[in-house]
Amino acid sequence: MTKNLRVKSSEYIDETNRISFKFNGKTYHGFKGDTLASALLANDIHLVGRSFKYHRPRGIMTSGSEEPNAIVQINPDTNRTEPNVRATEVEIYEGLEASSQNCWPSVEFDIGGINNFLSPFFPAGFYYKTFMWPASFWEKYEFFIRHSAGLGKSPTSSDPDIYDHRNVHCDVLVVGAGISGILAAKNAAKNNFKTLLVDEKNELGGSTIYENNEFNKIDNKTPSEWLKKEIEEIKGIKNLEIKTRTSVAAYHQYNYLLARENLTDHLEAKDKTNKIRQRLLKIRAKKVILATGALERPLIFNNNDRPGIMLSSAVKKYSEFYGVACGSKNVFFTNNDSAYESALSLYNKGINVEAIIDIREQSESKIVKKVKEAGIKIYWSHSIVDTIGYKRLNSVSIMKLSIDGTSVTGSKISISCDCLGVAGGWTPAVHLYTQSGSKLKFNEEKNVFLPNQNKSEQISVGSCGGDFKIDEIIKNLNQKLKDNLNIKETDLDNVKVEIDQENSKRNIWLLPSDKPLGKTKPFVDYQNDATAKDIKLALREGFRSIEHVKRYTTTGMGTDQGKLGNMHALGIIADTAGVKMAELGTTTFRPPYTPLTFGTIVGRNVGKFFDIFRRTSMNDWHVENKAEFENVGQWKRAWYYPINGETMHQAVQRESKAARESAGILDASTLGKIDIQGSDASEFLNRVYTNAWSKLAIGKCRYGLMLNEDGMVYDDGVTTRLGENHYIMTTTTGGAANVLGKLEDYLQTEWPELDVYLTSVTDHYATASLCGPNSKKILKKIIPDLDLSDENFPHMSFKEANIGSIQCRIMRISFTGEHSYEINVQASYGKDLWKKCMEAGQEFNITPYGTETMHLLRAEKGFIIVGQDTDGTMTPIDLQMDWIVSKKKYDFIGKRSLYRSDTMREDRKQLVGLLTDDPNIVLEEGAQIVSELNQSPVEMLGHVTSSYFSPNLKKSIALAVVRGGKDMMGKKLFVPMENKNINVTIANPVFYDEKNQRLNA
Amino acid sequence: MFLINCPYCGERDQQEFKAGGEAHIERPKQPTELSDDEWAEYLFMRKNIKGVQFERWNHAHGCRKWFNMVRDTSNDEIKAIYKMGEKPPSQ
Ligand SMILES: [Zn+2]
Repeated sequence: MTKNLRVKSSEYIDETNRISFKFNGKTYHGFKGDTLASALLANDIHLVGRSFKYHRPRGIMTSGSEEPNAIVQINPDTNRTEPNVRATEVEIYEGLEASSQNCWPSVEFDIGGINNFLSPFFPAGFYYKTFMWPASFWEKYEFFIRHSAGLGKSPTSSDPDIYDHRNVHCDVLVVGAGISGILAAKNAAKNNFKTLLVDEKNELGGSTIYENNEFNKIDNKTPSEWLKKEIEEIKGIKNLEIKTRTSVAAYHQYNYLLARENLTDHLEAKDKTNKIRQRLLKIRAKKVILATGALERPLIFNNNDRPGIMLSSAVKKYSEFYGVACGSKNVFFTNNDSAYESALSLYNKGINVEAIIDIREQSESKIVKKVKEAGIKIYWSHSIVDTIGYKRLNSVSIMKLSIDGTSVTGSKISISCDCLGVAGGWTPAVHLYTQSGSKLKFNEEKNVFLPNQNKSEQISVGSCGGDFKIDEIIKNLNQKLKDNLNIKETDLDNVKVEIDQENSKRNIWLLPSDKPLGKTKPFVDYQNDATAKDIKLALREGFRSIEHVKRYTTTGMGTDQGKLGNMHALGIIADTAGVKMAELGTTTFRPPYTPLTFGTIVGRNVGKFFDIFRRTSMNDWHVENKAEFENVGQWKRAWYYPINGETMHQAVQRESKAARESAGILDASTLGKIDIQGSDASEFLNRVYTNAWSKLAIGKCRYGLMLNEDGMVYDDGVTTRLGENHYIMTTTTGGAANVLGKLEDYLQTEWPELDVYLTSVTDHYATASLCGPNSKKILKKIIPDLDLSDENFPHMSFKEANIGSIQCRIMRISFTGEHSYEINVQASYGKDLWKKCMEAGQEFNITPYGTETMHLLRAEKGFIIVGQDTDGTMTPIDLQMDWIVSKKKYDFIGKRSLYRSDTMREDRKQLVGLLTDDPNIVLEEGAQIVSELNQSPVEMLGHVTSSYFSPNLKKSIALAVVRGGKDMMGKKLFVPMENKNINVTIANPVFYDEKNQRLNA
Repeated sequence: MFLINCPYCGERDQQEFKAGGEAHIERPKQPTELSDDEWAEYLFMRKNIKGVQFERWNHAHGCRKWFNMVRDTSNDEIKAIYKMGEKPPSQ
């Protein structure tokens, strides 16, 4: 039977709204306003998980996003399940289920707990040292490690939620809505700055909202009362947008920040449906005010990790904010005054405080006096040397500290307790500040790293800027606001603050025990089970850089990035190595500050929006006619059109035969099309193509090869001269955008004197390519009044014509070697054109063919495909295309590189045809080519680039690149495959119609 | 993510731009007159400075214009932006 530890109704908890939830299968109750952590604590549950390496029982330590231990799986076994969620951040709702992670079979009885007793065998670097040898065993080790570690489970079905992205622009972004953030936002907005205030919690006010130290007063009110009034005021300011449940994950340069806004995680399942779950805000802020506060540090002592051991500030928050006592016998352990505030908070609510153990010799502050008056026992100059209780703390042992703080003396006193609040001082939350590229400096007096060199338009205010007392906070905030926002007066000018001045503290990074260090477990990083011992071991083994120690010991490498323990790690290294903290520096805090879901990162870019794709205007027809599609760049292209259950091979064989024997039709709309105009258009083409363009007559087409400046083939295509100063260039489908970019680059940066204008018109035209001996008859049927005679409309020429009222541009060009026409119409008429061709071609058995057949037909002719037969290392000479390289032109892009010693080598890989001795064997594209079989290692001469079974030649054909292949005609080589060696012979790459007679057939 | 001030469009997110390598390397006017070494110098050799570097950038998903940028590669601070053909600012 669990106890009810709810102590007093809190204004943040709605006790009329009772909520039931499940934890590890058992039903519990909490109230609206509870986090999972506060609700569990109210039910006296501290044990929520097991540690990563030693499987030690662990409890709730904190009340915020810095939580290292209370990590749970939310809604296990559902499609909304989420691993690695901090119980301190989960707002409970009716029907919530959560379970412990990293334990099997249960958190109460965990088999991995045996690691705890074996822990002498698990020192720092254990995994590195043990599992490295033999290297081949790593896979087996990894399997074992992953199985027993198990950091939560990913969902196995698709995410039902919607995620969103939004761009946000503001003058001032304020991160954190504690007292500093609220005052900063208020004054910025009131001075006409468009301001956005964000906070990761659901309530504004940070820790001041439940600040109860009666010795602190703002305008004669308690800070809590005063701040509530301010919060009411800012809600009505028109320039100010406030977003709660919004956590800034990353702070990039140029004041670009990413924040996650949580919209439905706190709602019941029925209220989540069809709503956006989380939104990624991409914020561009002119100025950023960081008011991220400070995180309380624990103290590092033997067995400081037991369930029931918490941060003192968390104990206070649970009692003040959630109305929950974390224990019925509470003890505090501290090095400063803040534990006394927590102790008084409990005392005032009638919760039993057994004792305060303070490592200082004394403190004169009013609050300490008050605690004394309350009769709470204080042990000055004492330290905890051990804690007892496996699944829940039940006592602590204390001893007197020596004057220098390095050892303990006297006799041991045992204090019975079930909750220990630990107060080790405050660390400014500078994570976002350093992410922005700004630099920290160690402050000797305050013993913390503070913002020093700002790299962006930013200020850090409040405790993240090093001001911990309310009077300092308000005074410095006021000045920073005036300086940074350039304002003369603020409503903070006349605020009167009284505080309890005493501020003594004593800092000891690693507290001594009566046992030698080797026999103790002082945890520094709770999530990764790194102890002070591990850090010292790393130093003994020679590690010096803080970054190396971090990786070797895994300190700070958990999902919490060591928010609690990093300072202690630095302190222990500094003390042990005898260097100053300032010289040591810090490790790097990387985004995200708290973990993000994948959903938030990808937003709407899922499913069909994952990557955009383009479809031609004939697409519907291809779909209706059961085409299979392939992706070419972003295009969906018809690949082949199977009929009556044909395989791809069968369909392609049929399509290829039909295109040569009668008529075929291809959707060529995806080819890149660039409209080129200007008085220097011809000169421009002369400079970008390898061949000559000045003499191309109007109405004629020419094939061009484009090189990179290094002489390697970049793209190819046919360009048509439409007018004196007007050309239309076609590019490969995949290369269109890059070619346009490259041409623009040369025009704008190398040849700005040329009068040339480039426009991409790829999407403006749809293209049907009609091919085969009957293509002329079909075109004649569609456009009866166009003279299609070879005299009027020869190969490589262009005509404008009308099909009914549709204007079209027709090029008589061929990529198959057959008599063919490419008919271009405005894209919106594409499907109409296609249907007309199909209708007119019916009597000739016109056969639609896809990209696969196109590839086969061109391979029969030995035409290259840039990107398939070339790979950025082939010159036109390597491709045996010397004919297209002008000898007369003085210059063109890449020309000089064709005469470099390397490009002139005789033994470069050159394009050749390849025939298999057995005509039925089709080579695999990419297969390697060798001349020797009994050589080891065997020398690779080249590889197969294109390979098909040709139905027209009734044999297998292939294109390949082979070292020195140009002079190897007829040579016998081998293609060794896994199970056999294939005998091949080098051949002419033009396999079909070598004399090009069919073009005019 | 930089904020880049395109000289033609104004401030835009870095996503709209493409980096184009070192600036002020002029394509030789008479490549055929150059030795292999001289041509290789133009073709392959680029500085990769840690510090202030002169670079070409293209507003690829915007006005498509090329321009020059002076950027400190060690902290990504953009020191100057100027149009193609304009003189680089003196350091
Ligand atoms: Zn622009």
